[in-house]
Amino acid sequence: MPGSRAKSADPRRRWWPFALVAPLLIFLLASFILPVVLMLSRALTDRELQTVWPDSAAALRHWHGNGLPPDVLAQRVAREMVAARRNGTLNRVANRLNYDMVGSRTLLYGTADKLLAGAPGNSVAALARIDPRWGRPAIWAAMRHADGPLTSHYLLAALDRRLDKDDRIVGVAPEQAVFTAIYLRTFKISALVALFCIILGYPVAYLLASLPERRANPLLILVLLPFWTSALVRTAAWAVLLQTDGVINSLLQAIGLLDAPVQLIYNRLGVYIAMTHVLLPFFILPLYGVMKGISPVAMRAASSLGASPLRAFLRIYLPQTLPGVAAGAIIVFTLALGYYVTPALVGGGADQMISASIAFYTNQSLNWGMAAALSLLLLAPLLLMLLAGRTLARAVPA
Amino acid sequence: MSSHRSRPERIGRVLLILFCALVFAFLVLPILAVIPLSFNPGSFLVFPHDAVSLRWYRVLAGSPQWTHAFGNSLKIAAATTLIATPLGTLAAIGLAAMRSRAKVPIVAIITAPLAVPVVVVAIAFYFLFAPLGLVNGPAGLIVAHSALALPFVVIVVHAALSGIDFELLRAAASLGARPATVLARVLAPLIAPGIAAGAVFAFMTSFDEATVALFIAGPEQRTLPIQMFEGVREQVSPAIAAAATLLVIASTLLLGAAELLRRRGERLRVGSTAARSGE
Repeated sequence: MPGSRAKSADPRRRWWPFALVAPLLIFLLASFILPVVLMLSRALTDRELQTVWPDSAAALRHWHGNGLPPDVLAQRVAREMVAARRNGTLNRVANRLNYDMVGSRTLLYGTADKLLAGAPGNSVAALARIDPRWGRPAIWAAMRHADGPLTSHYLLAALDRRLDKDDRIVGVAPEQAVFTAIYLRTFKISALVALFCIILGYPVAYLLASLPERRANPLLILVLLPFWTSALVRTAAWAVLLQTDGVINSLLQAIGLLDAPVQLIYNRLGVYIAMTHVLLPFFILPLYGVMKGISPVAMRAASSLGASPLRAFLRIYLPQTLPGVAAGAIIVFTLALGYYVTPALVGGGADQMISASIAFYTNQSLNWGMAAALSLLLLAPLLLMLLAGRTLARAVPA
Repeated sequence: MSSHRSRPERIGRVLLILFCALVFAFLVLPILAVIPLSFNPGSFLVFPHDAVSLRWYRVLAGSPQWTHAFGNSLKIAAATTLIATPLGTLAAIGLAAMRSRAKVPIVAIITAPLAVPVVVVAIAFYFLFAPLGLVNGPAGLIVAHSALALPFVVIVVHAALSGIDFELLRAAASLGARPATVLARVLAPLIAPGIAAGAVFAFMTSFDEATVALFIAGPEQRTLPIQMFEGVREQVSPAIAAAATLLVIASTLLLGAAELLRRRGERLRVGSTAARSGE
């Protein structure tokens, strides 16, 4: 009945739902989306030289060449180096250039002090008399890479790559090439934890869904209890139980499975045990939801047509549960990738996941560009996974 | 499930139940095992043999660090609840009344805090708050925890709204009630259990949150999870087991209550819908 009353009730024309959602959207945009975007943008921007040495940065962008720069540029660098040394900002440029060329720090401070003492710095040759490194292209390339406002330095570094003096992408020195290994380790741990959750969780979700609700509900509490308990508390519980003189080692020795205590914690084994435990409810609960929605009619039809129970399960039931398996596995994998607390507490010191590197660059080395680049690379595959999950869920008829 | 099962089917069922029993044990026993360990009179992490003692609970209660951290956590969680519950409830009502197409981008924004890895969230807040000087006060942590708690409030309240008949609201409005009155006097009582459950989720999200707190809380704002994290890092003692026991009991009671509220609300609604549709 398309009367005027029906029209005013048309959901498309209501404005008040948007007014109700607006405060939350504004809050989340300001307190969540904005910080994440600002943080990620640090991975791609380079403002140290631009801020501290504005003239030199402009001249560097203007120069755009390889090899040694014109003397005008050397002059500007020398002037701004002295000025920055005087007002205490040279540190920022020195740190930034040091990421690109090790030894830049001492080069800048040494040169600035000599210039302050009266050494001439009006040409490349004059600077090279103070320190021969000014006569080689590497430091000039490092400055050009940092002239802003955008940079590929941090993202390349997070992939163990760098730009050489001729702007070709090359691998970093082998002793600095650590991130590829840490990423692979992070993905491997997360994928295996997701796999363990599938193996342990699928039968449990199936059992829960196959029981009448009266009997499933008490069992469901056994899944909800760990779900309600915080990840930190459960990790702490594992830290207590897995100690070399802890309950599990004593138990295994008492029943004769072990002769001497084994190391169960502060290694990869501890990470697998604790993370699977922490994340298993996140797999079981969504899968249980999907399984509850599957009508038993198709299964009954299959058996009445003569399919063996195994065949009916594999051909009829299993395919219908795959969206739930994919959803649960993606949730577990996603959460595992970014986990910080659990690997930090039960993992081995030299066997950390990428979150530990991000924390290191944030809190200790204060290289925020690097922390942001590592985060950006961590997010990129997650977005792909979410898209894949959505496509998968749509492709498989529920 | 048919009662006429073939022999292999019965064997399969027994194996399934055995396997699931082991998984249930894996899920629950580690949490429960901590409880007896916390009553240990000695300093070893083994089950107490002959005597039980509250020694480690006295250690916690007598430690200014633990009590201060507990007070901080309560304050920050309470403030988070006060911000997240009304914002999330209003948004859930708006979402429930919205057409599905407009919903998609909004739901994506609201659930974003759940999808972004928590360490990324933590440093994003740190980079924003450090230059603003918010890292040492409680404000930064409260804002961050509210952002993390909001999706839970929206999801829980939205679920509570799923059976609500919006005709009721229109009826109230057509009788002359102002929109604010409709929300407060008609809708709010209908979804009160859902709102309460959402508030509990918001509180526990903040109370349990460790990663963001580790990054952005100053020394004065140490929360219980930070205290616990550093306790486990420094020395795993029965005091950790005692703190874990208290937290397990607290979260089980609170979230168990929230779950009951949620189900009660669900039953009420299902009951009324079934009555209306004559089932």
